[in-house]
Amino acid sequence: MLIEMQHVFKTYKNGVVALSDITLSIDKGEFVYLIGPSGAGKSTWLKLLYREELPTKGKMMVNGFDFSRFKRRHLHRLRRSIGVVFQDYRLIDRLTVEENIAFALEVIEAPAREIRRRVQELLYLVGLKVHAKRFPRELSGGEQQRIAIARALANKPQLIIADEPTGNLDYENSLQILKLLEEINLQGTTVIMATHDRDIVNRFRRRVLELSGGRLVRDEAKGVYDRP
Amino acid sequence: MKPRTFRRHVRDAFRSFLRNGWMSFASIATVSITLFLVGVFILAALNIDHLAKQTESQVEISIYLKMDTTQDAIQIMASDLKQLPHVHSVRFVPREEGLAWLKETYADEADLFVGLDDDNPLPDAFFIKTDAPSQTAELAQTIKQWPQVEKVRYAQEEVAKLLEITTVIRQVMLVVVIGLALTATFLISNTIKLTILSRREEVELMRLVGASKWYIRMPYFIEGALIGLIGAGLPFMVLVYVYQRYVEGTEILSMSVLTLQIVLVPLVVTLFGLGLIIGIWGSLSSIRKFLRA
Repeated sequence: MLIEMQHVFKTYKNGVVALSDITLSIDKGEFVYLIGPSGAGKSTWLKLLYREELPTKGKMMVNGFDFSRFKRRHLHRLRRSIGVVFQDYRLIDRLTVEENIAFALEVIEAPAREIRRRVQELLYLVGLKVHAKRFPRELSGGEQQRIAIARALANKPQLIIADEPTGNLDYENSLQILKLLEEINLQGTTVIMATHDRDIVNRFRRRVLELSGGRLVRDEAKGVYDRP
Repeated sequence: MKPRTFRRHVRDAFRSFLRNGWMSFASIATVSITLFLVGVFILAALNIDHLAKQTESQVEISIYLKMDTTQDAIQIMASDLKQLPHVHSVRFVPREEGLAWLKETYADEADLFVGLDDDNPLPDAFFIKTDAPSQTAELAQTIKQWPQVEKVRYAQEEVAKLLEITTVIRQVMLVVVIGLALTATFLISNTIKLTILSRREEVELMRLVGASKWYIRMPYFIEGALIGLIGAGLPFMVLVYVYQRYVEGTEILSMSVLTLQIVLVPLVVTLFGLGLIIGIWGSLSSIRKFLRA
């Protein structure tokens, strides 16, 4: 089991209850959509997974890290086992495409030769080899998101978390991103994707988790966007 | 940490140091002023200590002997005195010599001494110097117990005053320096905060992709150390120049000041040590707040 949650609650300091009583588990190699209206707690739930937020109550395990016995100094180890992709790409504008991908390897002090090899591999995977020396601003949204995905994959994480990765993209580009995520998933990486994109969810049928008002209201294999 | 990583951190630190321009300058200025004062204090303290030691070593205990003391007894006493702990030097002044000195000193009133040659009222005396002024009183007490000793005198008050003044000066220095050092630390931590804020997104990405805390801290650490070291280097050069040019070779109360060579090591250690501590402390305190968030 890659992710395991038992009766997890999250209440923010200002008293807002973001998540209540979430119990679920996700297996290695799954592809999971996380859907629900804005403010339902999707982002909070994703943030719990990579410990950007801490649960207020409840037990959880991610990638073999038991959060009830988690030490702050191990945070970077958890983070290296998770790749995160955002709606707004979060690339570094002053760095080229390949430098942006190498960034994730450099900050964990990978050997120079391995960085070069891995960056080439990733550029090939996301189909941006020709744009290696260009800057993110010169590329389309879809291409920028592919850079972000390459960066998230750089450290060969067990889990990819994508928070509305297609939110800023048109349908064509969204399909490309989805195909890329599927390919990554086929290679064994677990993918969790929060989305509002009805067409995508209905077209690529996968397990659907639906949050509403901080509660898990649906957990359906090969589900569709709208509740049956 | 790999050399390659370290080089990059150093480069990043220099970059943001230059980019922060005025804030870096303000931080360096504060550190410089602080450390300049620290340096002045250190030089003053070393010389006061030196002066005090010289003065203290001149603090004499006067031992006046009984009139019936024989030459043999005097011989024995002289060697006994030399055996005592903390006795730096022993000088014997026979009564004749004492009278001669008195006459010479008060030559204008020579008539006072008429007839004294035959009936010298002065006793034989020993004058000893100690090398530990705090021991003077105890030493005097010991000697007073000796059978042939009529009277013991020493400049107790002068010694006490000197020690008191040095203590007060040290305490004042400590307070002023701590106050200034805190100000400097605060300014540095603000400068580093600017750097962190300007690279906020990058730092967040580093944390996201799993950089260790030390990896993230290192460039700010180096930037702080850089500010601290430059802030120490400037006053150091000024102080060395001024000391060499104007202070070294002069005399205070007819006692020579310390040479530059002697004060150089404590000056270097204190200024650069304090500069580093202030710089690193300042940078760590601002990155800590940020990393916790």
